[in-house]
Amino acid sequence: MKVRVSVQLKPGILDPQGKAVEQGLHGFAFEVEHVRIGRLIEMDIPGADPAEVKAKAQAMCDKLLVNPVMEKASIEVL
Amino acid sequence: MRVAVPVFPGSNCDHDALHACGTVMGWETIPVWHQDPRLPEGTDLVFIPGGFSYGDYLRCGAIAALAPIMADVKRHADNGGLVLGVCNGFQILCEAQLLPGALLRNESLRFIHADVHLRVERADLPFTRAMKAGEVFRVPIAHAEGNFTLDPAELTDLEARGGVAFRYCSAQGEIGADHVPNGAMNGIAGIVNVRGNVLGMMPHPERAVDPKLGPTGGMGMFRSLEAAFSKV
Repeated sequence: MKVRVSVQLKPGILDPQGKAVEQGLHGFAFEVEHVRIGRLIEMDIPGADPAEVKAKAQAMCDKLLVNPVMEKASIEVL
Repeated sequence: MRVAVPVFPGSNCDHDALHACGTVMGWETIPVWHQDPRLPEGTDLVFIPGGFSYGDYLRCGAIAALAPIMADVKRHADNGGLVLGVCNGFQILCEAQLLPGALLRNESLRFIHADVHLRVERADLPFTRAMKAGEVFRVPIAHAEGNFTLDPAELTDLEARGGVAFRYCSAQGEIGADHVPNGAMNGIAGIVNVRGNVLGMMPHPERAVDPKLGPTGGMGMFRSLEAAFSKV
C-alpha cells in the first residue's frame, strides 16, 4: 500500500529554513507568516490491512525516519 | 595507545584525525571502514571524524549511526571505552543515541568556518584532565549544522548533571549569545554522557595540534587523552 509520511519540526523548534523562505516571500510582497519546512516521504509497504501498514510505517519512523528530539511525523495510508 | 578512526562514505576529516593521533601524537591509529563489523582488538579510543557521511542524507549522521561498525562502537562505549566524536562525529553520536540532543541548521543558515574560543566546563574527564576548569582554548569550527538543541526538561537535566564539556565563549572566557556562532542552546559546543566516556563536540581540536600547520589550541585535549592512558 502507498504510504505518505510527513515529517515536521516540532512546534517551538527553530526553523531557520522556514524563516528564510518566509523572508523571501515577503520580498515578493506576499502576506504570510509561520512558514515551516518539513519532509515528505512516500513509499510502498506490502500488506492489505491499513492499520497494520500504518503500524509498520510508525515503526520505521521510530527507528530511522524521525528524530524525536526535533521532529514529529504524521502517517497517511493512501 | 590504540585509536580507531571509523571512515564512512563522505567522511572528510578522517585524515585530520589520523594525522593528529598518528603523526603528531605518535599513537597507533587505524582507519576502520564503516562496513567492518569489529573495531581493532584492544582499541582504547574511537575517534569519529567529521565530514558529510552518506551525503548528510535524511539527517546529518542518521545513516552513519546505522552502519555496521557503529554496533561495535556502542559495545565499546558500553564497556567504558572512550569515544570522541567531532563535528559530523558528534552528529552521528547523537543520532546513535550515545549522546542526547540533536544538531540543527545554524541559526544564520550559513556554513561557518572560523576560529572560536571554548571554555572548559569539565576538567575531570579523560578528554580534558590536562586542562583546567574555566580554561579557554581556541580551535576552528567548520559546519552548517551545529545548532545544539534539546527539549527544555532534558536541557535542564544535562546542565544539572554537568553534561556540558565545552561552551563557546569570548577570548576572555565570557559566556553569552554574542559568542555563540551557530545558535546552540546555552552556548553548548560539546557534551559528555553520564559515564564521562563519550564526548561529542562541533569544533575541531584535531585541526589545531600541529605547529607546522598553525596554532595548537587543540593540544590540551590530546595531552589529556595521553595522560588518561598513561595512568591506566
